[in-house]
Amino acid sequence: MLLVGFIAAAAQGRIEAVTEAVFDGAKTGVTVSFGLISVMVFWLGMMRIAEDAGLLKRLAKALGPIVRYLFPDVPRNHPALGFIMSNMSANLLGLGNAATPMGIRAMQELQKLNPSKDTASPAMCTLLAINTSSITLIPTTLIAIRMNFGSENPAEIVGTTLLATIVATCAAIAADRWYRRRSNAPPGMTTRRKSGLPAQASVELPPVPD
Amino acid sequence: MYSFVTTISAWAIPAIVVFIPLYAYFRRVPVYETFVEGAKDGFQTSINIIPTLVGMMVAISVFRASGAMDWMVSLFRPLLDMLGVPSEVMPLAFLRPITGAGSLAFTTDLIKTYGSDSLIGRIASTIQGSTDTTLYVLTVYFGAVGIRNGRYALKVGLFSDLVGFVAAIIVCLLVFGFISG
Repeated sequence: MLLVGFIAAAAQGRIEAVTEAVFDGAKTGVTVSFGLISVMVFWLGMMRIAEDAGLLKRLAKALGPIVRYLFPDVPRNHPALGFIMSNMSANLLGLGNAATPMGIRAMQELQKLNPSKDTASPAMCTLLAINTSSITLIPTTLIAIRMNFGSENPAEIVGTTLLATIVATCAAIAADRWYRRRSNAPPGMTTRRKSGLPAQASVELPPVPD
Repeated sequence: MYSFVTTISAWAIPAIVVFIPLYAYFRRVPVYETFVEGAKDGFQTSINIIPTLVGMMVAISVFRASGAMDWMVSLFRPLLDMLGVPSEVMPLAFLRPITGAGSLAFTTDLIKTYGSDSLIGRIASTIQGSTDTTLYVLTVYFGAVGIRNGRYALKVGLFSDLVGFVAAIIVCLLVFGFISG
């Protein structure tokens, strides 16, 4: 990106703009990071309270039925399910740092069940589908940035983010189910679940590089 | 639709901020000490991202100032204008699955340029919040257990990013579109 910018600027004889942009960009980077401190400090403090009070565990328990539905091929009392639940609840609360170690532990447990060790099992793909579209209840970082740039109502995006993230996660789960069925189920089982994907999705955007 | 979504936005944080300490208090957790303990982590996290964010912001800043960004955006403009979507958010669709810090920097740049409360600022915030860095997640998770063949996981991840992207735009247009224009 830097290189393209450099070439483009040189071609238009605006090379001095690059110098200015470099320092301006660096300054914004630091300003934003400092702006993040207030919200991050407060929020992670809050979340530590939630964790110590056992809220995270409760949330994980509440997710139990969903997790068992999503991972039908993992035995019901296998430790993998516990890690998956913790991973999901940490994701829900926006605790990326706590979610990743849990997710990796879950992967290790799933690997024990995996018949071929260098190919992903369906359960692993489902776990990744959930993680790549992670549902976030409160997008703290964004709120902090918006605050930083003088938003009148920094939290107004909570609702829209929640809606969009739910749609994305449902789509991920539906797509995962579809692939799962196609890869190992006998033909004839057709309980298709359509995602809430709007019809214009394919027209509106150029293909994402695959 | 608008009032429902804004109600969620307005209530979510206050509700959580009151509920968690209260719950902890009744569970006899030392609320304040625990808060301070966790807050230290938050400080570390914010400091740790400074180098990446500075690097990314510099790259994006140059990309924009040189006019390369305008050129890229103008490629999509005719189609997106027709749909009423601000084409400025387009590069985010490519950045988001690849680099978390990069897309965060790009979102920041959009918010800085167009304002937090502009439609562009709101859409960018929503996109950034509702999708994830698919390639990073795949690399870390598969890498941790030595999986080399990820099968359809990448496709599913990118698909959900795409859906999240489109959903974010549609939701924002519905909720904010008629107000800020």
